[in-house]
Amino acid sequence: MSLLDKLDAVAAARKALLPEDVEVFGTPIDAVYSSTEAKIGERRILFLGTNNYLGLTFAPECLQAAHAAIDSEGTGTTGSRMANGSYSGHRALEQEFADFYQCHSCIVFTTGYQANLATISGLAGAGDVVLIDGDSHASIYDGCRLSGAEIIRFRHNDMVDLEKRLRRLGDRSRSTLIIVEGIYSMLGDRAPLADVVKLKDTYGSTLLLDEAHSLGVLGKTGQGLVEETGLVGEVDFITGTFSKSLGGIGGYCVSKHPQLDQLRYVSRPYIFTASPTPATIASTRAALRLLRGGTGLRRQLWQNVHKLYSRLDKLGYRLGPEPSPVIATILDTPQQALALWRGLLEHGIYVNLVVPPAAPEGNSLVRCSVSAAHSSEQMDYVGNAFSELRKTIFQ
Amino acid sequence: MASDYTDVLQKLCHHLKQFTGPDVEITPDTDLINQLAIDSVKLLNLIMEIEDEFDISVPINALADVQTVHELATLIHQIRTAK
Ligand SMILES: Cc1ncc(COP(=O)(O)O)c(C=O)c1O
Repeated sequence: MSLLDKLDAVAAARKALLPEDVEVFGTPIDAVYSSTEAKIGERRILFLGTNNYLGLTFAPECLQAAHAAIDSEGTGTTGSRMANGSYSGHRALEQEFADFYQCHSCIVFTTGYQANLATISGLAGAGDVVLIDGDSHASIYDGCRLSGAEIIRFRHNDMVDLEKRLRRLGDRSRSTLIIVEGIYSMLGDRAPLADVVKLKDTYGSTLLLDEAHSLGVLGKTGQGLVEETGLVGEVDFITGTFSKSLGGIGGYCVSKHPQLDQLRYVSRPYIFTASPTPATIASTRAALRLLRGGTGLRRQLWQNVHKLYSRLDKLGYRLGPEPSPVIATILDTPQQALALWRGLLEHGIYVNLVVPPAAPEGNSLVRCSVSAAHSSEQMDYVGNAFSELRKTIFQ
Repeated sequence: MASDYTDVLQKLCHHLKQFTGPDVEITPDTDLINQLAIDSVKLLNLIMEIEDEFDISVPINALADVQTVHELATLIHQIRTAK
């Protein structure tokens, strides 16, 4: 099969599954009105699939900071920090993240995807082992591949399974990087962090926690699962993204280990790409301040979460195992998921459709992401739409 | 040694039965992806079952070279003997 034939096969497979009249993946957004509303075609829609957990994409403080940074430092850095230097904003943001986690050091990356690629491939290499949760995000899998380390998976959130695999490694458990996520992006459940920490201590391994979906969402000041569980000092490396609760784009790694800084010299996804734009850094710094002081935002977010989760649960939808800002409805077939996704769009609600192989265990998901910026009335409206659609989806 | 390989092959075929109807014959030459329709996600889950069955670690990197039942059995056998 030629290279182009392979892509034709991909196109054919997609065509067989998906309708032709709407673009299910990469739906064109024709105008954006606010952090929760936009226009698709002629329809005004509610965003219920974006990861704008704190609703900060239009926060005046962030907009102003970004505008000012463009005016003073320009539109881009046009290169890597290793070659072209580190702007003051980038350095300040790293210091602010290190302070936030009371950690020794922080490195800022251009995306969260690259934060995982860079951290994993900088830490582990040929001869080492990465032991990852089976439901890990693609950026974790790709970082592991890039590292050249041996990749072993354990069953999702199953600590007996993790221990079994650590035991099998024998002495090699000491050169093993265990990787888990604060909140899993597909089903919204959390890693059993205290148990993971115990195991990594027992077996002398190193632990990396990705707080992509939990930053700003969990913990009194929004550090994530580490704060919620009081384990910030126990985790070796924490990665996360600016693209969700911080409403920007970029990623970070913080650590209590001063060796983190050496990643700047060995990690290809840090060295061989341009650093974030000054505007991105400036809006992220402003957003981080709002996130740290965002107790009210978190309260609003969790009220919305509980309201929608319990409504969908009562309606009889099969959901992820615990309430979280990621509320996934699990459908039996991709066709059912597509019908629900379409029905919601016709009600003016835009959510994520996840079909195999992206979702765990061959499931199909319609995934909602709740925001602090959603109103209680909007949650009612969404609940009513799910209620109406239930009859047609499961008839 | 040879009998160990046979033992691995037998157990592996038993596991693979879950992907086929009862009357499909699985031979060492059976192609996992094209004939048994084991996609990448199923293959990763199968590997966890194999790890537990044989009490070994099978890095998923090693799967890049695995296409047939025989190749998977050989990989398992090699890991077992290296232990
Ligand atoms: C768990 C997890 N890690 C990392 C990322 C990557 O983040 P970014 O969008 O900043 O590249 C995501 C985003 O989807 C994610 O869900």
